[in-house]
Amino acid sequence: MTVQERVRQFIVENFYVAEPSELHDAASLIQGGWVDSTGMLELIAFLEESYGLRIADAEMTPENLDSIDAIAAFVARKGVQLSATA
Amino acid sequence: MCGIAGALSLREGVAPPSREDLAAMVGALRHRGPDERGLYRDGRVGLAHARLSIIDLAGGQQPLCNEDGTRWIVFNGEIFNYVELREELVARGHHFRTRSDTEVLLHAWEAFGPRCFERFNGQFAVALWDAREGTLVLARDRLGVRPLHLCEHGGRLWFASEVKAIFAGAPAIPRELDPAGLAETFTFWTAVAPQGVFRGVRELEPGHVRVVGPRGATERAFWTPRYPARTGGGTPGSLAEAVDRTRASLQAAVRLRMLRADVPVGSYLSGGLDSSLVAAMGRRAKDDRFFTFSIRFEDAEFDETHFQRQVAARIGSEHRDVVVRRRDIAEAFPDVVRHAERPLLRTAPAPLFLLSRLVRDAGIKVVLTGEGADEMFGGYDLFREARVRRFWARAPGSRLRPRLLERLYPWLARSPVAQQALAREFFGRGLERAAEPGFGHMTRWGPTAALWRLFSPALRGEVEGFDPVARLLATLPAEFSRWSPLAQDQYLEVRTLLSGYLLSSQGDRMLMAHSVEGRFPYLDTELVELANALPPDFKLRGLDEKHVLKRVAEGWVPASVVRRSKQPYRAPDARCFTAPDAPAWVADLMDERAVTGAGLFDPRAVARLWRKCREAREDAPPSNADNMAVVGVLSTGLLHEQLVRRAPTRESPGDFRTVVDRLAPPGAARGPAGAPGERGTT
Repeated sequence: MTVQERVRQFIVENFYVAEPSELHDAASLIQGGWVDSTGMLELIAFLEESYGLRIADAEMTPENLDSIDAIAAFVARKGVQLSATA
Repeated sequence: MCGIAGALSLREGVAPPSREDLAAMVGALRHRGPDERGLYRDGRVGLAHARLSIIDLAGGQQPLCNEDGTRWIVFNGEIFNYVELREELVARGHHFRTRSDTEVLLHAWEAFGPRCFERFNGQFAVALWDAREGTLVLARDRLGVRPLHLCEHGGRLWFASEVKAIFAGAPAIPRELDPAGLAETFTFWTAVAPQGVFRGVRELEPGHVRVVGPRGATERAFWTPRYPARTGGGTPGSLAEAVDRTRASLQAAVRLRMLRADVPVGSYLSGGLDSSLVAAMGRRAKDDRFFTFSIRFEDAEFDETHFQRQVAARIGSEHRDVVVRRRDIAEAFPDVVRHAERPLLRTAPAPLFLLSRLVRDAGIKVVLTGEGADEMFGGYDLFREARVRRFWARAPGSRLRPRLLERLYPWLARSPVAQQALAREFFGRGLERAAEPGFGHMTRWGPTAALWRLFSPALRGEVEGFDPVARLLATLPAEFSRWSPLAQDQYLEVRTLLSGYLLSSQGDRMLMAHSVEGRFPYLDTELVELANALPPDFKLRGLDEKHVLKRVAEGWVPASVVRRSKQPYRAPDARCFTAPDAPAWVADLMDERAVTGAGLFDPRAVARLWRKCREAREDAPPSNADNMAVVGVLSTGLLHEQLVRRAPTRESPGDFRTVVDRLAPPGAARGPAGAPGERGTT
């Protein structure tokens, strides 16, 4: 499972998305109302636990975390193999 | 306080409601008025009344008529200045048979016509029938303390204090939740009148009078909130003068509500500034025993016991309280929703339901509350937050300006930088629209409306293209944009949350569930006008909320209560329902078949939500969105189950004290079940 797929699955489950196809990989999670600021912390905890990452305070920005695509790119930059831990 | 109901035939050949129909309507309103019942009927109209006797205990029966029996009234509420109005009307030659405020209203209508409502300082919903002209007048107080719902069906206009009475009177009315009402609820926390949550059932807007005559209906506002223009206007004078005037006006408002009652009046006491001040003034208004009532919470996060006891000791009240646990909320919730008749996104009404029971059991029928102070004097975090966001919007690139948010939400300062960055993203949304109406509320309405994703495909299809915010903003008064930003935010708060949620779901409906009348000194007509005219800086001084009121409170309530930071009234939400020992109805409603059957929410989304919340650890509190989602799904499900799916019950209300039935054949002795035969009061 790719990071994209896994993050998507988490968001669908954790933010009770009825119709996953409506959630676009490039869409802003905050602007789209999918994830609020508390939800973003839930997302960060998920990334740390799932990928063994330590996300520094300075990295916790909307630029890194506000869409499924952005998250995948961020995780990739952090050096995680896309196919790992699936 | 009381319940009113009735129906008007709208065309030739349509009979008025039967006595059985009227009895069923009153039967559904028994909790609002357990003391006496009455009905009036002629060839066009039927009026019914359930009475909670508070003023003129012996003489205030309803329906009540004028001298020659051509005008009839059923009335729910109080006109606090009825004594003064009565004197004026007597001087004009009107004759009174009772000491009640109801009769004053009737004569005021005769003297002043539809403009009479502007002269009332009170809280009321009324139906007035002019048999000579064939005109029915329906009206509701300025801010919507008392409810009134309308439904046209089968050539009749049905109306009642509560929707369940309309359904009981006319079981043939199709019952269905209204998609637009649900969309508004999942945006503003309430449908905004005239929009209701049942299809075809409207709510009369606060401050409106509707006249239904032989040539159709007209409706107009006799009052709407008004504020001074941003430049100029407003109250001249110093802050000290404003404090003196506010103190005098509030004291007068409290005295009026303490003394205009023929039964003892107590007070709610939350431990916050508003109710503490009202209770302190109420205690001094009358030389008598004075009871205060408080909600305590087993969850320390929500509990204010310390401050409640401090105030009670200081003012010398006889204090009673009820400790509320999560389990109590879950158990009461079906009754709470049945009384509220709206979906709820918070459980906060439930403790108030339990509190009014405590009041009733203590033998008290009337309480003062602190409701309205935050709206009139600028108390909400929202107002402060909006001020910071507007300040920030003037220099959107500033790193320092958004840090003022930490003054409002101290948890932000303690949070990791990450959360601060995300909070900036959240609060900084739409800064470029800072000058537009509704800007201040977007941080509330947006996240709530995000919950539409829970709606079923069918419901989403129905509300597609419907924008509740756009509809609301399209009804703003022309002068709105000339008001100060704070006044604009106050106005929207009054239009949305105050009437439909705070005064209804947390107010009238929870109080009346146990036959308790609430009185709201901060909604006093003169005090509201005074507060609205104050310069915004007197209310929100920098970021100090309710500044004038705090100055008024000095010397009346303990300094610790004046100085404490505002604690919004909250109760535990989702967690009341996720415990393993939650009542069985919770699992029943969350069951996939039940969700699918009701057709309101998407069963996949609900299953995900429910799994997440049930698996959450105790040390990871549910987010605001999760709380709203769980409570919203459960309350909407309960509403659908109790008021849509289940056929209305037509219960006998017991004996009628007053029956005037002009259609009864001469000598007819038997009325509907429980109702005696003819006993005219004319």
